[in-house]
Amino acid sequence: MDALEIARWQFGITTVYHFMMVPLTIGLGLVVAVIQTLWYRTGKIEYLRMTKFWGKLFLINFIMGVATGIVQEFQFGMAWSEYSRFVGDIFGAPLALEALLAFFVESTFLGLWIFGWKQLKRSVHLACLWIAVIGSLFSAYFIIVANSWMQHPVGVEMVNGRPVMTDAWAVFTNNTALVAVPHTLFGALGVAGAFLLGIAWYHLWRRRHDGIDSVDADGRAIPGEANIPGRDKADYKVWINSLRIGAVVAMISFAGTAFTGDLQGKLMFEQQPMKMAAAEAACHDGTGFSVLSVGNVGSKNCNDIVAVIEVPGILSFLAKGDFSTEVKGVNSLLDEYKAKYGTHLPNDPLYGDRAGQEIQYVPVMEVTYWGFRMMIGFGGIAAFAALLALWVTRRGVVPQSKWIMRLAVFGILAPFGANAAGWIFTEMGRQPFVVAPNPDASGIDQVFMFTAAAVSPGVSAAELITSLVVLASIYAVLLVVEVRLLVKYARGGVASAMPELAEARHGGEKEKKDDDGGTPGAPGAPRQPGDTDDVLAFAY
Amino acid sequence: MELLPTVWFIAIAVLWTGYLFLEGFDLGVGMLMKLFARNNTDRRVLLNTIGPVWDGNEVWLLTAAGATFAAFPLWYASLFSALYLPLLLVLVALIFRAVAFEYRGKVDTARWRTIWDWAIAVGSFTAAFGIGAALALTTTGLPLNSNGDRQGGPFAWFSGYAVLGGLAVVAFALVHALAFLALKTDGEVRHRARGWFVWLAPVALLPLLGWMVAVQLLSGKQWTWILVILGVLAAAAAWVLARNGAEGKAFGALGAFLVCATASIFGAAFPVVIPSTLDPAFNLTISNASSSAYTLGLMSIVAAVGLPLVIAYQAWTYWVFRRRVSAAHIPAAHGFLPAIAAKVLVGHAAPGPVGKHSRRNASE
Ligand code: HDD
Ligand code: HEM
Ligand code: HEM
Repeated sequence: MDALEIARWQFGITTVYHFMMVPLTIGLGLVVAVIQTLWYRTGKIEYLRMTKFWGKLFLINFIMGVATGIVQEFQFGMAWSEYSRFVGDIFGAPLALEALLAFFVESTFLGLWIFGWKQLKRSVHLACLWIAVIGSLFSAYFIIVANSWMQHPVGVEMVNGRPVMTDAWAVFTNNTALVAVPHTLFGALGVAGAFLLGIAWYHLWRRRHDGIDSVDADGRAIPGEANIPGRDKADYKVWINSLRIGAVVAMISFAGTAFTGDLQGKLMFEQQPMKMAAAEAACHDGTGFSVLSVGNVGSKNCNDIVAVIEVPGILSFLAKGDFSTEVKGVNSLLDEYKAKYGTHLPNDPLYGDRAGQEIQYVPVMEVTYWGFRMMIGFGGIAAFAALLALWVTRRGVVPQSKWIMRLAVFGILAPFGANAAGWIFTEMGRQPFVVAPNPDASGIDQVFMFTAAAVSPGVSAAELITSLVVLASIYAVLLVVEVRLLVKYARGGVASAMPELAEARHGGEKEKKDDDGGTPGAPGAPRQPGDTDDVLAFAY
Repeated sequence: MELLPTVWFIAIAVLWTGYLFLEGFDLGVGMLMKLFARNNTDRRVLLNTIGPVWDGNEVWLLTAAGATFAAFPLWYASLFSALYLPLLLVLVALIFRAVAFEYRGKVDTARWRTIWDWAIAVGSFTAAFGIGAALALTTTGLPLNSNGDRQGGPFAWFSGYAVLGGLAVVAFALVHALAFLALKTDGEVRHRARGWFVWLAPVALLPLLGWMVAVQLLSGKQWTWILVILGVLAAAAAWVLARNGAEGKAFGALGAFLVCATASIFGAAFPVVIPSTLDPAFNLTISNASSSAYTLGLMSIVAAVGLPLVIAYQAWTYWVFRRRVSAAHIPAAHGFLPAIAAKVLVGHAAPGPVGKHSRRNASE
């Protein structure tokens, strides 16, 4: 492998990994904020418990998003210096704004939320969470603006061989970004939905299994109590509410991704037609959407591929909104690309060994074809499962079957898979360009960059392989640690996030119904020695 | 001289100053987890002084990096790619440190805590050293060719300046953290921190002073020499104030020293952002490394609104958490009772019997 390939593997691995944490942070953050608002409005104890429980899992995940995000920020300069030099005038701005306007907000207000349970008034405390969550939405917006400029460069002009920003409004309202942002956010909600659904299912199943809840003659739930902290009747409400919220969120997510994804498809057809053709592994012009194609999809020879099941008209619908427009296949696009952007890479030392080689305009078709289908498929499966789950649990009980429970827990992974597949498809489908040309009538289709020229010329393959190995192994270890902690705290139930539940029992105290842990201390009042603060237990 | 690139050079110097001032003490507190804290309660006191704020402090680093990318893409590209391996170490350190803060308290065993304590201490040290080295090298020079790429292999950046800068930030962070702890804690920790400060400061501030002087010797100007002198005075004042028990003022004076240090260093380097040690003609300067006037103008407007806002709400955070932390405030560590592995006693007349599974689980 040469430096370029290593750098690509590294970028792919670290970014996909970062995007394991990101959607859970965004989706769960929103859900927890809504739940805490419900608690603020109704004062019902189950909402407080849900806030604390899901908030704890949220934080365990959040920190990994922070840790892996720093790598992303440095990586452009470290491994892709030539890229950074080329795009800096446009691309740097959204990145800097993300830090200045989003990361500061997220990290500061989340710190206030974690540590401020007692220091802040309840309303202010809730507002802090909302501000942090809104910060994460802005962060998504800015980074996707940056990414969308690579998919569809706008608002620039070429000066001395480099693009220079001339129209910030065009960059920040790039139509590619305006549909990719909601698509990604809906995708993130899907992750949160399945997460709630799976874990809540497990707890309901467990309560039944342990004999705490039972079922009456009509098949309705009779919540019970066990002599364990946190496993009382309110606990039942925690899980059934979580399950229903999760299922609804997962379904909304799929509807949202399908709607926005359709818009994206239409843009892609105009902006990156080769990606569209590659997503279909479609060699010849046509209207049919392939449900299954066999043959050597990866081979760049189209005659190897046979569409087994094809639905006529659907591809045209995805691309244009009607059923008859011919969508161009790889074969006719290849000629267009060659005519416009050349047949061989320039003979420039920046391209290293690749200088003067023939350009491969067709992305790896296995990846684009299956990536596209996995994204839609996993998302669809999760949404369908959520619908089933709502129906099955309509009387407030989950089936006793262990296998169905395992399926629900395992299903947590489906939307993660859909998100990863979506990004891999988007990014690899853009190859061989790192900045794809913009074929609009705007006349800036000469603003593009081949990935082969983007990597740092001064960095050796040995350095890159070192960082790839180091980062990949650290990420692997941390993934194990994170998942084990998530599992531990998920299994621990509400009491694991609220040690005060266990303590209240020790003292023989009954929990107060409406107001637990939320009593705001007068801010700034001197603390009494021995006035322990469970907030610290929540965090450290 | 061009106005906007100069403004952005100053802005980036300000961001680095903010970073070193704020994360300076939390990196130092991280190192003190192993050097200073005597037992787990001490460690939790230390952690809780920075708990609500460390992530916000770290964003100063991300903003400094992002602003460099946006305003001086060639500076960002050359510096980060030239220092590939040291920055990789910094990243690893920051990853472990961040994760450690959050995960340390999540399992209640001594072994688990020890692992993460080391992660915090070594991570803080490495991050401080690496960032100090990187900043020192951008002010003293790197072997860059005409395209801004490093020549001479993965370690060509290494020089005495790298070590000096690394030590400077590490030692400053330690002292700064002691001043911070004296201000933010109470009881035994507070007194010990003050004592350590008084002993350590005269030695530990020397490397930073050395870096200041080194840059002056390379490219100093009259006004930056004056800043060096002011810095020395501020450091001396911090020491005297701390001895007299004026913790708040000592912390402030130390901050003034840092401002003089970064101002004198960046001021001396100006208008060069990375000198090339191969040929001065390859120097990256604020004019040949910067973005277009349009981009800089746009960024200026946003930063003029955004940065004061950030400073305001971060200041508010420090106000909310202004109370001193002491050992007495630290609750016992909670081992938690996993709901499902505990003994199940059904508390109402449930028709379903307690199955054998739950009894098996009870003994798990
Ligand atoms: C759709 C959303 C999205 C996408 C595509 C990315 N990120 Fe991200 N990132 C987030 C959404 C996000 C977030 C949800 O806002 C995180 C997760 C945890 C957090 O603090 O914020 C975050 C964290 C995070 C951090 C740490 C912030 C902190 O310390 O608080 C950095 C530096 C980055 N990201 C940088 C990047 C870069 C350079 C990316 C592109 C390659 C990237 N992220 C992709
Ligand atoms: C978080 C979601 C993202 C994921 C999962 C993702 C995934 C990937 C993958 C898999 C590659 C490798 C493609 C290949 O080698 O063929 C890649 C490349 C790249 N992506 Fe993304 N990406 C994401 C977001 C972004 C964003 C937001 C940006 C810019 C701000 C970006 C910039 C790049 C760059 C510069 C490359 C260059 C390397 C290359 O083209 O091979 N990515 N990404
Ligand atoms: C019917 C359903 C869907 C359709 C038609 C659809 C369509 C698309 C298209 C066309 C793209 C590529 C955009 C481009 O490269 O220009 C894309 C990207 C993506 N999709 Fe989907 N999608 C669907 C469902 C989902 C689901 C369920 C998820 C996740 C839960 C998801 C997550 C993503 C992500 C993360 C990306 C990459 C980021 C982006 O470009 O927005 N998609 N989708």
